[in-house]
Amino acid sequence: MIQLENLTKIFETPDGVVTAADNINMTVPQGEICVLLGPSGCGKTTTLKMLNRIIPPTSGRVMINGEDTSTLDTISLRRNIGYVIQQIGLFPNMTIAENISIVPRLLGWDKKRYLARAEELLAMVALEPKTFMQRYPRELSGGQQQRVGVIRALAADPPVMLMDEPFGAIDPINREVIQDEFLKMQEELQKTILFVSHDIDEAVKMADKVAIFNAGKLIQFDSPDALLAHPCNKFVEDFVGTDRTLKRLRLAKVADVMTPAPTPVKPDDDLQTALQIMQNNDYVAVTMVDTLGRPIGSITRDLATAKRGRCGDHFYGLRAIARVDDDLRSVASAMFSKDTTWMPCVDDEGIFRGEISQRGVTHYLGATYRSREAQQTGVQHGEV
Amino acid sequence: MVKSKKVLFWLVAMLGMFFLGVVSQSSGLIDDFFYYWEDIVYLSVQHMQLSAISGSAAIVLAVPLGIWLSRPACKRFAEPMMQVLNIGTTVPTLAILALSMSFLGIGATPAVFALCIATLLPIVRNTYVGLLAVPDHLKEAANGMGMTPGQILLRVEIPNALYVIFAGIRTALTINVGTVPLAFLIGGGGLGELIFTGIDLDEMPMLLAGAIPTSLLAVLVDISVGILAFFIVPKGVNPLRMNT
Amino acid sequence: METLAFIAESWSLIFSLTLEHISLVSVAVGLAILTGVPIGIAITQNESVAAVVLYAASIIITVPSIALFGLMIPVLSLFGQGIGYLPAVIAVLLYSQLPIIRNTYAAINNVDPALREAARGLGMTPVQRLRLVEIPLAIPVIFAGIRTAVVMNIGVMAIAAYIGAGGLGTLISRGITQTDPRQLIAGALAVSLLAIIADYALLYCQRKLTPKGVSA
Repeated sequence: MIQLENLTKIFETPDGVVTAADNINMTVPQGEICVLLGPSGCGKTTTLKMLNRIIPPTSGRVMINGEDTSTLDTISLRRNIGYVIQQIGLFPNMTIAENISIVPRLLGWDKKRYLARAEELLAMVALEPKTFMQRYPRELSGGQQQRVGVIRALAADPPVMLMDEPFGAIDPINREVIQDEFLKMQEELQKTILFVSHDIDEAVKMADKVAIFNAGKLIQFDSPDALLAHPCNKFVEDFVGTDRTLKRLRLAKVADVMTPAPTPVKPDDDLQTALQIMQNNDYVAVTMVDTLGRPIGSITRDLATAKRGRCGDHFYGLRAIARVDDDLRSVASAMFSKDTTWMPCVDDEGIFRGEISQRGVTHYLGATYRSREAQQTGVQHGEV
Repeated sequence: MVKSKKVLFWLVAMLGMFFLGVVSQSSGLIDDFFYYWEDIVYLSVQHMQLSAISGSAAIVLAVPLGIWLSRPACKRFAEPMMQVLNIGTTVPTLAILALSMSFLGIGATPAVFALCIATLLPIVRNTYVGLLAVPDHLKEAANGMGMTPGQILLRVEIPNALYVIFAGIRTALTINVGTVPLAFLIGGGGLGELIFTGIDLDEMPMLLAGAIPTSLLAVLVDISVGILAFFIVPKGVNPLRMNT
Repeated sequence: METLAFIAESWSLIFSLTLEHISLVSVAVGLAILTGVPIGIAITQNESVAAVVLYAASIIITVPSIALFGLMIPVLSLFGQGIGYLPAVIAVLLYSQLPIIRNTYAAINNVDPALREAARGLGMTPVQRLRLVEIPLAIPVIFAGIRTAVVMNIGVMAIAAYIGAGGLGTLISRGITQTDPRQLIAGALAVSLLAIIADYALLYCQRKLTPKGVSA
């Protein structure tokens, strides 16, 4: 857990006094990623760098796992905090193995232990240890170097990591890949991470919490969804963009929104049975599955009313299928490209698990506003 | 800030000079020194003539040579040529003078010739390197605007390489002025006469009458070429004027 | 032809003068490394001190060698060391300061700030940063400065023969006074070759000392 208490940095410049960070207070729980977000010069990087005293704070406290870091000396503080910077900063005079094991070596680990650790970390980011241990940084691609930069910070297993635009210098395609890898790694490692970014999309993707900065002040500290749904002022609203609701699509999974396990029909069932199911449950359509439970088609109410016979003889083909762990963004994209408002949802094995509709998606996104309105009216009218 | 430190440095240096002056005055050194005043003036003029003739000849020869070597047509032999020049610059100036004397005999001519050779090399090298270091995209942009090769050279390449060329001239002229005293050894004249004779005769005032003006001349030349470069090199590509 | 004959017959003299020349330059440059590298590292801590030190060193190097000898002789005569070994070594020591200090300073200062920040962030102490990162990266440039100093001072040491320091300059000075082209050419060639060979030998060392992952 990281707690910042009234953390302040004042720079004396020839042009006068500049408050780069103004009484920053926030708490990042253990195992979460907090993205510090804002335009350049907003104080996010200054705040980050005060944690490991690359920039010494003017006043205020930093607590890591309840311990006031001002009681620690700078060197041992830094060795217990992983640090990743945008320029990567691999030492060109050292091999990859030497780069990764630098902190363990400074801490006095024996050779066998730190080499084993380096191999383990390389394997974790899918870089073959045999190939890469003895290479030099300049022999690696930018993406590979950035992976090494991240595992170097992890080498001594610090509980806390600071990352200063770590993926900023990587091309967009590789950035997505590395972000995904990193999130997967974080699921296992459960580090507490502060992460500076200027990219709202990156923040929405990576963050458990987002801290928006402007002119040295912490403006809003919230979950990405809450931030996008309820920006606290005009600045945040402008910063997250007019399409902020579309950005929220990324934050929800199909499983959160779909109608779970509606009754399907089999190809052998009569169309009357399908109509019965639709009428009983007030559906516009029903999914037809095969014997293994995989969706193969759909029957609409019109179809069931107009035709007679078995479902297997009269059905519409499926235009698109969603997977339960897809995010809503890819579902919306599939709906638009396939011109459909309704999709069956399947799990990893391809078994039918539910249905998702455009209405369901908009309803989900609107829920946060309705609940807030209801609350407000509730308060106004004194209802319980 | 750096400028005020330089002023401080000079103040300290002046004070040191003053102190030295007081010491030497009390020991009668100054009077002895001025005993050689006429010699100093005469030999200084000679010294500067040697320097001016060999230095300007070197510049006139070296800059076009460097430009010519940097042209694409010379690409094939420019690099080997620069290798030879680099080896040439490692040859000590005394050795150049000695070799010049053994082929051309004694007097001012072999001295000027040797000085000219010693001065030539750094200028050719810097001209060549400076011109090659002009970024390709600048030349490409100039090409794209329809400039002729001559226009590109005059308007793009030389202005951008000028700082490096001047650095070469500065180094070369400093070497030149510092080598002129050695010209005396092969009968070329100059302030070396006072220094070497002073050493041989163990005459301190005579020695200083040669050494002090020689040092001042060298520092003066160095500073004046520096000032010249400061004003001639275009402001946009002049590292000395970047923040003025 | 005569010159070749002279070289062949006075081979051992030339050899011993060369050794003397090398030892004079090595002692002086060795001392210069011991002073120049620490000064170069120290002045990275303070920009204005650095400006003054570099300026002073550049003024010293501007002073022609023979004039520098001339200025030192009266001072050193006070200790009875006016001519000979000491003024030559001191002059070379002074001349070597600029290339060595300047290159050390520039090399340490030019270490990518990102690397310095990474090193700090990883919890290196200033000494560890210097030893593990900054000096290894600066070595090629520092060594280039040493190389410049050596090559330049082989020439300076030749002139030092005139103040009785010995070395290959002796052959040249004798050749000039006795108008003996054989000694003159032999001396000039030997000192030139020495400078060229030293340049290449040190370049080779410089490449060997460059860390593998750093481009030369």
